[in-house]
Amino acid sequence: MAKNDLIGGALWDAYSNKVSQRMDNPTHLGVLTEDDAKVKDAKLVVADYGAEACGDAVRLYWLVDKNDVIIDAKFKSFGCGTAIASSDMMAELCLGKKVQDAVKITNLDVEHALRDDPDTPAVPGQKMHCSVMAYDVIKKAAGIYLGKNEEDFENEIIVCECARVSLSTIREVIKLNDLKTVEEITNYTKAGAFCKSCIKPGGHEERKYYLVDILRDVRAEMEAEKLKENIQKSASGELPFKEMTMVQKVKAVDKTIDDTVRPMLMMDGGNMEIIDIKDTSDGYIDIYIRYMGACNGCASASTGTLFAIENVLQENLDKNIRVLPI
Amino acid sequence: MQRRIYLDNNATTMVDPKVKALMDPYFCDHYGNPNSLHKFGTEIHPAIADAFDKLYEGINARNEDDIIVTSCATESNNWVLKGVYFDEIYTGKKNHIVTTEVEHPAVGATCKFLETLGVEVTYLPISQNGIISAEQVREAITPKTALVSIMWANNETGLIFPIEEIGAICKEKGVLFHTDAVQAIGKIPVDVVRANVDFLSFSAHKFHGPKGIGALYIRSGVPLTPLLHGGEHMRGRRSGTLNVPYIIGMGEAMKLACDFLDYEKEVIGRLRNKLEDALLEMDDVFVIGDRLHRVPNTTLISVRGIEGEAMLWDLNKAGIAASTGSACASEDLEANPVMVAIGADKELAHTAIRLSLSRFNTEEEIDYTIEVFKKAIQRLRNISSSYGA
Repeated sequence: MAKNDLIGGALWDAYSNKVSQRMDNPTHLGVLTEDDAKVKDAKLVVADYGAEACGDAVRLYWLVDKNDVIIDAKFKSFGCGTAIASSDMMAELCLGKKVQDAVKITNLDVEHALRDDPDTPAVPGQKMHCSVMAYDVIKKAAGIYLGKNEEDFENEIIVCECARVSLSTIREVIKLNDLKTVEEITNYTKAGAFCKSCIKPGGHEERKYYLVDILRDVRAEMEAEKLKENIQKSASGELPFKEMTMVQKVKAVDKTIDDTVRPMLMMDGGNMEIIDIKDTSDGYIDIYIRYMGACNGCASASTGTLFAIENVLQENLDKNIRVLPI
Repeated sequence: MQRRIYLDNNATTMVDPKVKALMDPYFCDHYGNPNSLHKFGTEIHPAIADAFDKLYEGINARNEDDIIVTSCATESNNWVLKGVYFDEIYTGKKNHIVTTEVEHPAVGATCKFLETLGVEVTYLPISQNGIISAEQVREAITPKTALVSIMWANNETGLIFPIEEIGAICKEKGVLFHTDAVQAIGKIPVDVVRANVDFLSFSAHKFHGPKGIGALYIRSGVPLTPLLHGGEHMRGRRSGTLNVPYIIGMGEAMKLACDFLDYEKEVIGRLRNKLEDALLEMDDVFVIGDRLHRVPNTTLISVRGIEGEAMLWDLNKAGIAASTGSACASEDLEANPVMVAIGADKELAHTAIRLSLSRFNTEEEIDYTIEVFKKAIQRLRNISSSYGA
């Protein structure tokens, strides 16, 4: 959220001039027929994507020559201004390309081609999905022409369709950069920056994968991996006290006390127990203890004995340990 | 200069110049705080009292009832639902609210929020005629029902709900009844006594008053925990310094709205019907909801084959302001919930355009709109992949 986000509306103001112009006067609007194909000795391909009931639909017509080159392309579209403009641009980008190359045109290519200047997006974020639909219909058309399924053209699982960010990329970025929030994922990858459908359920389009779930799962995997590594280091004695889990800390403190302090206290009829261990915000590790038996009420319990316990723990475990009797 | 025709009066309205004229002196000349003891404060009291008289008269509230000024109907709606939660539900007495599937988000989203606090909410579905019946409300009420909250008129379709019958049932069952009357005031008579309502919300900007001010009617003796604490304004029911010029504006707007009710019914109703009839002459154009059960200014039109925002785009180019019921112009792309609830042809759910008139629209503007609409239908259907393909 930011100052500019606090004022709503002005959606159309964020459309580039190219989007507006193509909405008003689409240049590749129309249909192609078998007769057109015959005249040009080409093959007619007609592909539909979306549906009126979903709010967006596009029909793409191609004439493809014997060398697999798209020699003519037209479209029809049920949709808003951006859907019409991006369908128009999509048809234009197909022209002159081989089908095998046209299928590589992404929604980002369509959106970039609609920009007035390279640094200003052609459409506001929530309208990016309209260019995605244009991209999807190309795959459909190529599938029809080449006798393949649409999925065959997609090697990766795409989570954010607007920004074309794959599942593997998102997982890798979270792990490499120790990302903890969806906002951080968006900053690193642009996933979730546009129509926002992929962030969590409840957006305008249902998705198979959501960033919140991916983040949760990857973080859980990272924690499990960290714990595993931690256990291995702990077993080999390489794990610094500060990095131990709370259970490991309690065990380590108890072992040190058992080995060096408790026998000494018990010789004088005393004992002690650990009540709690806390990491403080200023870098100390506070260990709360309770004296038992003869130590209870002993004059040196808050001086000599205490310093001795603290010294043993500092030397054996961590110099920042403080012992606090309660 | 391009023409500007405003047909989005269910979103907001122009401030009536008479309202503005009455408000003007209270910005720079009479700017005292009415809660002050000195003359700057007390000299404002008569104007505020006059404004309150107009509000009370406008909805036929009794002197012993309260009309508390709020920032808008959204605040009023939130106040009722959250106030009832603290009075009746949080205390464990009751745990159930009855509302509809087509309420404004100020009610619907607040109910969803209350559900996260453990409140049970029944969302009544509307029938194919676009409204709910009083009998549906009767069947939904249980001994645990704390509140029934049902809009007086729907913002998208303009369809009028049977508020008097629902009010009678709520009274009979001893259940509190709230109605969001934001789309009813200034369009049809609103009488809180006849309708047996306990709470009624409205916003001034929907009937040619200023934006940012509304009110909540609270029947005498009905408790309601305040939404805003912090002072003794409005006898502690709603804290916050009184927005003097806006209260005065809202009062005058209410008076004018009531004065123009017949005009609304006769003249605006006729213009709306003329617009509807002309558009219905075209193939595959549909109007949602029976004209006889709608407020006179509203029409929700579906044009097969044309996505709502695309139509808005063309209307806007011609200087006509309307609204899409398909929500495509907003940040989500859900189909119009009213159309979905009506069970209308699913293909049409994204094609709805709402045109809402006011007393400032003219016949000549309607004629121009019909002409523009017809041209836009022709152009956009030529682009459409789903019409005539």
